Amino acid sequence: MQLTDYEKQMLGGENGPAVARAMDLLVRYGEALGAERLVETRNVAGAFNASTPSIRSMAEDGFDRVYSELNLDSDDVVDIPHMAVPTCQLITGIDIENHALQGADPGLVDMQKDGERFFGQRGINMMCTCTPYQVGNVPVRGEHLAWMESSAVIYANSVLGARTNVEGKESTGAAGLTGRIPYWGLHLPENRLADRLIDVQVPVEDMAGWGVLGYFTGLQVEEAQPALNGISATPTLWELKHFGAAAASSGGVEIYHIPGVTPEAPTLEAAFGGNPMPDPIVFGERERVATWERLQSAEDRSVDFIMLGCPHNSIEQMSRVAELLEGRKVHADVALWVHTPRALAEVSKRSGYTDIIREAGGVVMSDTCPAISRRLPKGVRVIATDSAKQAHYLPAIAGVDGWFGSLEHCIDAAITGKWRGGP
Amino acid sequence: MPDGQSTSKIVMRGRGVVPGKARAEALVTRQTISGWGGINEREGSVIELRHELRGQSFAGKVLVFPGAKGSSGWSAYFHMCRLNGTAPAAMIFTRMTTKMALGAVVTRVPAITDLDGDPFEMIETGDLVEVDADEGIVTITKHET
Repeated sequence: MQLTDYEKQMLGGENGPAVARAMDLLVRYGEALGAERLVETRNVAGAFNASTPSIRSMAEDGFDRVYSELNLDSDDVVDIPHMAVPTCQLITGIDIENHALQGADPGLVDMQKDGERFFGQRGINMMCTCTPYQVGNVPVRGEHLAWMESSAVIYANSVLGARTNVEGKESTGAAGLTGRIPYWGLHLPENRLADRLIDVQVPVEDMAGWGVLGYFTGLQVEEAQPALNGISATPTLWELKHFGAAAASSGGVEIYHIPGVTPEAPTLEAAFGGNPMPDPIVFGERERVATWERLQSAEDRSVDFIMLGCPHNSIEQMSRVAELLEGRKVHADVALWVHTPRALAEVSKRSGYTDIIREAGGVVMSDTCPAISRRLPKGVRVIATDSAKQAHYLPAIAGVDGWFGSLEHCIDAAITGKWRGGP
Repeated sequence: MPDGQSTSKIVMRGRGVVPGKARAEALVTRQTISGWGGINEREGSVIELRHELRGQSFAGKVLVFPGAKGSSGWSAYFHMCRLNGTAPAAMIFTRMTTKMALGAVVTRVPAITDLDGDPFEMIETGDLVEVDADEGIVTITKHET
């Protein structure tokens, strides 16, 4: 791989041992990819937090050791300096205010807080959400990023036209200290074109509908790059957020195009860069219903846990949840957790939404989600969620059965304790 | 191999992704694997609900698979498998992605891609596979049934 003089200097240790370890990892990683060089980035989103039992013994030696091992793949413990470029923390494992409700061990809560102080002192912005683009980190079109979080990567590439591959814990740890990431994959304009065509023949109307279409798309194209034809109404941020999260869960989609909606596809032809289009993959009523059914892993209609906010809810979604819950009571046998970024939780509180949700018997959570934290209310057997991503992951992670449906179905189940949703 | 018994060896060539050599039984799947949410890093096993390897362990095996899918936690989970001693002995894969490359690098096991034949046709679960990622050579000894 070709390195600039400055990159060679970093690799040689002139900027300190942590930066040298970071460059060493980037070179090993870049060579594994077959990348010819690195590219500069000034926008890194990674996972630095330490809040799981398996990291405890490492954290007892200090967070330099945690970062050295888990964020740099370094056998030596190196002192971690201030980040070289703007860097933010994605989702974490512990809600810093609702940790007792999560059932988190107080020792792990202290570890999380100590970690946040350490990372904050090194310039890592504690956004603590899977959706940095909802709370101020909104990349510019064409900007090179080093982002983790598959649902954020697909959003940044597709909806915003920024450029990032799906990075990992180690590569973002190295990028924050060097401002470099391998120039490969979606950083190159010619690799961003569509190569699959989804012909959407049914109206896609709400968040659940976009989640189903996303899940179908990921199953069909795996890690290919689809263009969606037949979208008649302009989708919202939260619908595209759900579409992308679902497509990145059932497959490995990192970029998609919607002609007339997403910035790199003014037309269907432009999405393919003038290349011949493949035969369309049809998404009709049959495919819609079959995908909906595939997302269900429960049979028992008595639900005990409703999970909303994966990816973390926008403020508009919080407003809608409050509107649906106003003056109603969550069933005594059901727990309702609604997840939104910490910054938006402030807006939710100030708007009165949090009070309405709390008076109904629900909880507004931030910083984490049950799939990441592996923490659910005690004794949960059957969950319901409005997120195709959570319906995909949580049953496997937590050993529960899951229903997937619309927000309205989920609120109905929260009130009645019974799942009455359907396609 | 005892004298007189026939052996059939197949040699394939590809590109070494992570250097090193390993020799172990193969575990083969034509399905991509999720890291975070798809494996149990303490046991080195696949947990994804509808995966054909669900419940099976890849610890100490030569894992032959198309590549990575799902969450960006892929590398972190295979990294933890290494720290827990539950990593595969080597990886042979067909589709390069950033998740796959970074995951192989931090798992620090020999890894090969771009083979000159279809590994899913050539390798079956239970075959003895030698991976020489320094030279980019895979040698398969078919499992006698």
